[in-house]
Amino acid sequence: MKVMKRRVWVRSLLAAAVAAAVVSPAWSQETLKIGLLATLEGPFAVPGQDSMRGADLALKEKNGMAGGKKIEFIKLSSDATPDKAVASTRKAVEQDKVPIMIGPLSGDEGIAVKNYAKTQPGVTFINGSSGAQATTLQDPAPNFYRFNTEGAQWMVGLGEHALAKGYKKVFLIAEDYGFPYSQVQGFMASYCAKGGKVVDKAWVPLGTKDYSSVIARMPKDIDAVLVVLGGSDAVNFLTQYEQTGGNKPMIGGSITVDQTVLNFKGKRRESLLGTASAGPMADSIDTPEWKKFVADYKAAFKDGFPSPSLFAYLYYINTKATLDALDAVKGDLSNGHKAYREALQKTNFKGPAGTVKIDSNRNGVGPTYITEVVKASDGSFYNKVVKTVPDISQTLGLSETEFKKMGLGSRDVPDCRK
Amino acid sequence: MSRFAKWFWSLVIGGPLAIFIVWAISENPRLFFVTLLNGLTLASLYFIVAAGFTLVFGLMRNVNLAHGSLYLLGAYSGWVVGDATGSWLLAVATGFATAAVLGLLMQVLVFRWMQGQDLRQTLVTIGLSIVLADVMLWIFGGEIYTFDPPSWIYGSTVLPVVEKYPTYRIVVLLVSLAIGLALWWLLARTRVGAMIRAGVDDRGMLAASGVNVQLVFALTFAIGAGLAGLAGVVGGTALSIAPGEDTRYLLASLMVVIVGGMGSVVGAAIGALLIGLAEQFGLAYAPTYGVVFTFVIMVLALAFRPRGIMGRAA
Amino acid sequence: MSAADWRRAMNTGAAARLPTRSLPTQPSVVVGSDQSAPTTVRWLEFLRRELSVRHWVILVGVLIYPFVASPFFTYQIGAQALALGLIALSLTLLAGYGGMVSLAQMTVAGLAGYLVAIFGHSAATTISFNWPWGVAVLFALALAVAFATAVGWLSVRTEGIYTIMITLAIGVALFYFAQQNYTLFNGHQGFNQVFPPSVGDVDFRGPVPFYYLALACALLGYFFVKHLVRTPFGVALQGIRDNPRRMHALGFNVTAHRVAAYAVAGLLAAVGGVLITWYNNRISPGSMGLGVMINILVIAVLGGIKHPIGAFVGAIVFVLLQNFAIDLVARERFNLVIGGVFLVIVLFSPDGLLGLWAMVRSRFGPQSPNTNQRRHP
Repeated sequence: MKVMKRRVWVRSLLAAAVAAAVVSPAWSQETLKIGLLATLEGPFAVPGQDSMRGADLALKEKNGMAGGKKIEFIKLSSDATPDKAVASTRKAVEQDKVPIMIGPLSGDEGIAVKNYAKTQPGVTFINGSSGAQATTLQDPAPNFYRFNTEGAQWMVGLGEHALAKGYKKVFLIAEDYGFPYSQVQGFMASYCAKGGKVVDKAWVPLGTKDYSSVIARMPKDIDAVLVVLGGSDAVNFLTQYEQTGGNKPMIGGSITVDQTVLNFKGKRRESLLGTASAGPMADSIDTPEWKKFVADYKAAFKDGFPSPSLFAYLYYINTKATLDALDAVKGDLSNGHKAYREALQKTNFKGPAGTVKIDSNRNGVGPTYITEVVKASDGSFYNKVVKTVPDISQTLGLSETEFKKMGLGSRDVPDCRK
Repeated sequence: MSRFAKWFWSLVIGGPLAIFIVWAISENPRLFFVTLLNGLTLASLYFIVAAGFTLVFGLMRNVNLAHGSLYLLGAYSGWVVGDATGSWLLAVATGFATAAVLGLLMQVLVFRWMQGQDLRQTLVTIGLSIVLADVMLWIFGGEIYTFDPPSWIYGSTVLPVVEKYPTYRIVVLLVSLAIGLALWWLLARTRVGAMIRAGVDDRGMLAASGVNVQLVFALTFAIGAGLAGLAGVVGGTALSIAPGEDTRYLLASLMVVIVGGMGSVVGAAIGALLIGLAEQFGLAYAPTYGVVFTFVIMVLALAFRPRGIMGRAA
Repeated sequence: MSAADWRRAMNTGAAARLPTRSLPTQPSVVVGSDQSAPTTVRWLEFLRRELSVRHWVILVGVLIYPFVASPFFTYQIGAQALALGLIALSLTLLAGYGGMVSLAQMTVAGLAGYLVAIFGHSAATTISFNWPWGVAVLFALALAVAFATAVGWLSVRTEGIYTIMITLAIGVALFYFAQQNYTLFNGHQGFNQVFPPSVGDVDFRGPVPFYYLALACALLGYFFVKHLVRTPFGVALQGIRDNPRRMHALGFNVTAHRVAAYAVAGLLAAVGGVLITWYNNRISPGSMGLGVMINILVIAVLGGIKHPIGAFVGAIVFVLLQNFAIDLVARERFNLVIGGVFLVIVLFSPDGLLGLWAMVRSRFGPQSPNTNQRRHP
């Protein structure tokens, strides 16, 4: 008898809890909720935190209001896996009922969120920092907007710069997945067309830290090594390369020549000088807009980095575009966000690192900065901007037909060995 | 196995192998010998990690799936000390000590009360590994840490055919040989070693002959864990420390021990050689599927010798 | 010894405690057949014996759940828990009743999901075969079961603890292969837009229809397992778990039984895998990576590995934690929470939540005449 009563009691409690959770209404009259997704779990937690700072900065500039309403970020987390990203996004859209969703951080997550966006036409999705080509080039979603440029666009112009430095033959080492494919395509689009040769591509499996076999395979008659690895992996590579007696200069991908590489303490430290790289931003951009952005970031976040990271910048411009468009339509999200989406399409403002606008596929069109490593007056190394290439679209400087013929970057595309 | 069968299988496996070696040397001798050396040095690192794992299993039947976390813990704690004092050797010692202490605590506080419940112990180690991995992620974050060893270790030596080869890898090889010898000496020439070997053969008899079995267990676990921590610093210097390295070295230890045989240090050496060489040759000559290569070897080894090459009945 | 005697002799579970009731004179109207076929009567006998009040309450509860819960709760919590629970059920069958802890269940599930994407429709139009969904699912299940049998064949040659290690290694091997192979598995990216089918008027993409699909599969799986462990095969399997040598001496083919258990568990896991792929609308190597493989083990042990319902209890708790721990505890420390809970359960209640429940019941309720508690898992 006692047991029966207890069981019924427990069960009714459970039912009540469930009912309460389910029935509680979402009070959102004066407040507009916007979902904000970044990787806050796992090894990418630190970039994820910085991306949240970028978004917070954009909101702070508007004093927490946009379109006449108070904006509240519903912060969500993923662990860099697409499954988790979609699960968190689904929770925000279906449980918390957010009308606008910003995120995610990494490339593969972006593709998964875009696919989810297609099933929710009434919600507007804005990218965070994901940079995979396929998100907007293959099967785009009409309600997914990406105001930043993607991985391939980030490397356009570096190819010509490498040729100008006399690097006619390069050897590639990169990790074997989507983002490096895009980066390499961006580099090779103009490099191959103007006569450069990528003699061989060494695609190492994700997570490899031991490059000794790859280094042993490198031919001797190359001019430079194109390294598209994360900064810390690049340090490993440089150390192992140096120890095996390698002495060729390096060309870096967008995330390669970062602080860990610039602080490299190996014997060949001086040979790092002049290493070329490219990306959508650089610490040393010499415009008043960028300087203001850095100053604002430093003032708002005492616990942040010495300078805003790539992720903070990308989330900043995407969030700013979101909020600016809300202002433009005075918060009108009616009629399936029709007016709002038109405003998003018309976005055109001067961001900290150049103009922010989108093309007909709702993908960002923007500048790329070519940098080289130089020595500062105090002896430390930093990336100095040597060239700015404006208005790069997803066709990477080629004509539409040429680009379509090439296809998206993959292991063997593009290829210019001979 | 009959003599004919032995000849047959040696030909089937040895034949293609010999052809491959001849081809590889003629094609690019430098690449072949570099890969060979790389394989040997990687095998040495795997041996250090796996020796501890196999010792713990052999004696206490405890599949310690937190072994990888011990590796990572040793690496991080060694880094902290190395960074603070600037001495790499001290970092190595700290790595060994921290992991050994944690191993001791694990044995005395947790596993002692679950003697005989193999599966439960394994599940507890899985839980511990999840918790430890997250705690370390919390404390040290997701960035990669690199060590700062003395420059004489970190340069390159000139060798025949291979030209310049990283000195550090040769150091790793020598260290692991030293550890292997030390383990052999411990097991074969000391009383404690005799007790451990006796325990591996027959635990009950060991207890019956008046030895404090719990003490022997605790000591063995401490040594096994300490070896993992030491490998953490040594491996971390070569390849840097990051979250995820714990699962990598756990998997490597598992494969080495499965192939080599549980409970046998010699088996760990053989297994490490096979797996290390397979991994490096796979990466060098067939990079796309090289990673899967080692697993295939493991599966094949199991198909022919389910207990591992030097394994003995449980 | 007749099958009935055997069953009674081996029967230590709930049925032994229920008062025996007289059979109905006619089969119930539900069946709708005039002749009282012996199998039908036996099935109904089985149902009447097995289902007590609490079973009916839970059954009604899960049936009306979509009507009281929001679509989010129905889909993200309910359907996901059912699909994960089905995969964990396969592990419960293997580990709880067969004594073989296999970490490759998620791998089998993942492979089934991949095959559905490859044989059916997906965003990777260069790879997908675009077969009709029924054919695709059938082939996917068949191949996944074949793979599970192969895994079983490899794993039964070793014993006990070795099984965990070997299945772990096999699972990771397939993960790396799927990640590196672009011709069939589409590498790191995997397959997107893998949608559940529309059958007639019912579009299984919707939360409520999909929930019922998952529920149907889960119920089938659950009752199948409950029935299987009472059959001579299932009882033999438990005998093999307890003492393989004796079973071998009695003339049973131990290896064959074990491999067959792997195949059956593989089928359950494969169905769960197809459901999970349809739930996520995608599959990638990460869906069957090391973390998820361990999660399935955590779910099964959390709920209790001794009884099929434990898998689903564990799945519900896990999914709730996964979705709402972020709101309650620091969002970054989800792994710590789940690992800690798992550790506590294994240390103090080896039979998981069900074991805890039984302990509470035995402390506060009437003493049961015989228990099925073992000291160790």
